[in-house]
Order: sequence, then C-alpha cells, then structure tokens
Amino acid sequence: MSGPFAFTLALGDDALIAAQRLAEWTTRAPEMEEDIALANIALDQLGSARLLLTYAGELEGAGRDEDALAFLRDDREFRNCLLVELPNGDFAVTMAKLLALSAYQLPLYTALAGCADERLAAIGGKARKESAYHLDHAALWVKRLGDGTEESHRRMQAGIDQVWPYVHELFAAQPEAPVDPATLRGEFDATVAAVLAEATLAAPQSGWTPAGGRDGVHTEHLSYLLAEMQVLHRAHPGARW
Amino acid sequence: MSQESSPLWEVFVRARRGLAHSHVGSLHAPDAEVALRNARDVYTRRQEGVSIWVVPAGAITASSPDEKDAFFDPAADKVYRHPTFYEVPEGAAHL
Repeated sequence: MSGPFAFTLALGDDALIAAQRLAEWTTRAPEMEEDIALANIALDQLGSARLLLTYAGELEGAGRDEDALAFLRDDREFRNCLLVELPNGDFAVTMAKLLALSAYQLPLYTALAGCADERLAAIGGKARKESAYHLDHAALWVKRLGDGTEESHRRMQAGIDQVWPYVHELFAAQPEAPVDPATLRGEFDATVAAVLAEATLAAPQSGWTPAGGRDGVHTEHLSYLLAEMQVLHRAHPGARW
Repeated sequence: MSQESSPLWEVFVRARRGLAHSHVGSLHAPDAEVALRNARDVYTRRQEGVSIWVVPAGAITASSPDEKDAFFDPAADKVYRHPTFYEVPEGAAHL
C-alpha cells in the first residue's frame, strides 16, 4: 500500500467501520448516559470518515464521492485495519478496542495536523480534539473496570487480551506516507502502558500479529457489517432523507 | 450496571462567560469524574456551555413544598423590597 490515495482511504475506512461498530451500541449500552457517549463518539468517527473519504475520492480522480466509496465497495476493497471490524463483544472488549483505536488516532491526527498536505492537515487538526476525548473516555472506563471488582477486572483483562494482537497492524511502516505509522508506536505504547498500569492490567506479550486489512484481506466479520451498512444504499441507489 | 452503583448527580452548565451556572438536569454516574463526562455528552453536545458543575444530588438541601407558605408568601406583600421607587438614570443599560 502506498500513495496518498491509499493512505487517506485507509484512514477513512478505519473511521467509517469504527463508527458503524460503535453505532451498534445505540439503545444497548449499560446506561443511558453511556449510550449517548458512544453514539457521540461514533458520530465523531463518521464525521472524520466523511472528510477522509471525500478527499480520497478527489485524490483518486475517478469520480467516486464519499457515498460511492462507503456503500459501493466490497470487503476486499476496504482498507481498514482489522481492529475496527472486530465484533463489539461485551462492554470491556469495546472499551479495549476504543482505547487502542484512540491511542493510535490521537498521535496520528496530531502528526497529520502538521503535515505538508493542507487537506489532511485540516482534517487532522479537527479530528485530534475528538480523538483526545475518545481516549479520555476509553481510559476512564478501562481504569474503572480494571481496578474495579474481581469480575470487572477479569473481563477487562480478557478484553485487552482479545484485542491486543490486532494492535500491531496499525503501526506497519509506510515510509512514503504523509505520516509513517511506525513513528507513532512509541507514543502509543507510553499512553497505553500508563492506562493499563493504573487499571492494574497486564499488557499482553503476544507473538501472534494478525494483519491484512490494509491489503483488503479481512476477517469474516467485515462482510456482515458491510451488508448491514450498505443494504439501503444498494437497494435504493441515491436514496436521500 | 445497576442504578445502586450509580448515584444521581445534578448538572449545572454555564452557557458563556459572565453568566451564572444554571441547573439543566440530572444524570446517573458511578463517580464525579464520570458524572462530569456524562454531563458533557448529555447536556453540552449542542454547544450549550463552556463550564460544567456536577453535584451529588444527595448533597443538595432543598426547601420542602410543605414549607412553601412559610418560606415565600411573606414576601408577597412587601412591595417596598423591590427597587421600583428609584428613577433609572438615562443610559444605565445593566442595572
């Protein structure tokens, strides 16, 4: 994967699929307040996805807009990381996923805000404040569940253990990209280590590092997600509210 | 999560600098930090505020509806307590 189109598309797909997964919590969160919080975060991700996919479409120059990219591609054409397409699991798994995603997106968007590409810099400048809040929210719950009851600790640790192998894919080196994700690993590790330590959780030492999302090779979960996300647009092309 | 572990909090939001915090509603949260963040998501998602206070609902001492007469009626016939007997100078916009 290389070039500004592929890079921008991958970030847009990360945000889009994360938004769709988080939106699945709507009406199902543990508390009404958390329901609204997760929907807010999903909408933040969707907002970033729209900006990134619109720009990706312009970079490609083939006339595809955000809707064409979001709704008219099949799973092998999506470039999102595997992390965001994983099922929500229980609330602890969702918070583990959000912690990993936001601890990656925050330094990524912050670095983008200072990059040479003006459009990506503007998107990064807007999105990093949102990511800072997502990280805050995830960290808050990981700490409370990890350092909570015996049961909440067990489930939070299980969530971290389940999600962590998928973290490594986020930082695969792309030396040609506007921001090389490999350069973000140090900040990510420091952020996450501090949260896990306060949460009395252990960072998994995994040898298994699944990847392939950036090349369009996904888990079996993505096509189900896409089927639900795309059905309306495909059944009624050009449908509007 | 049961409501037993999530006490009630009252939320006060200041709409902009110079105004006072006003009561906007209440919510459930396990502790103050979460209450503050919940308040941000529930009550300021449409740019309603620049500052939030959260207060444990149990910490508020409220007047009782039963005491309404004793508390408030005596003020009803004391018109001299209102500053309506002064001439407002021209141009005093914020009196």
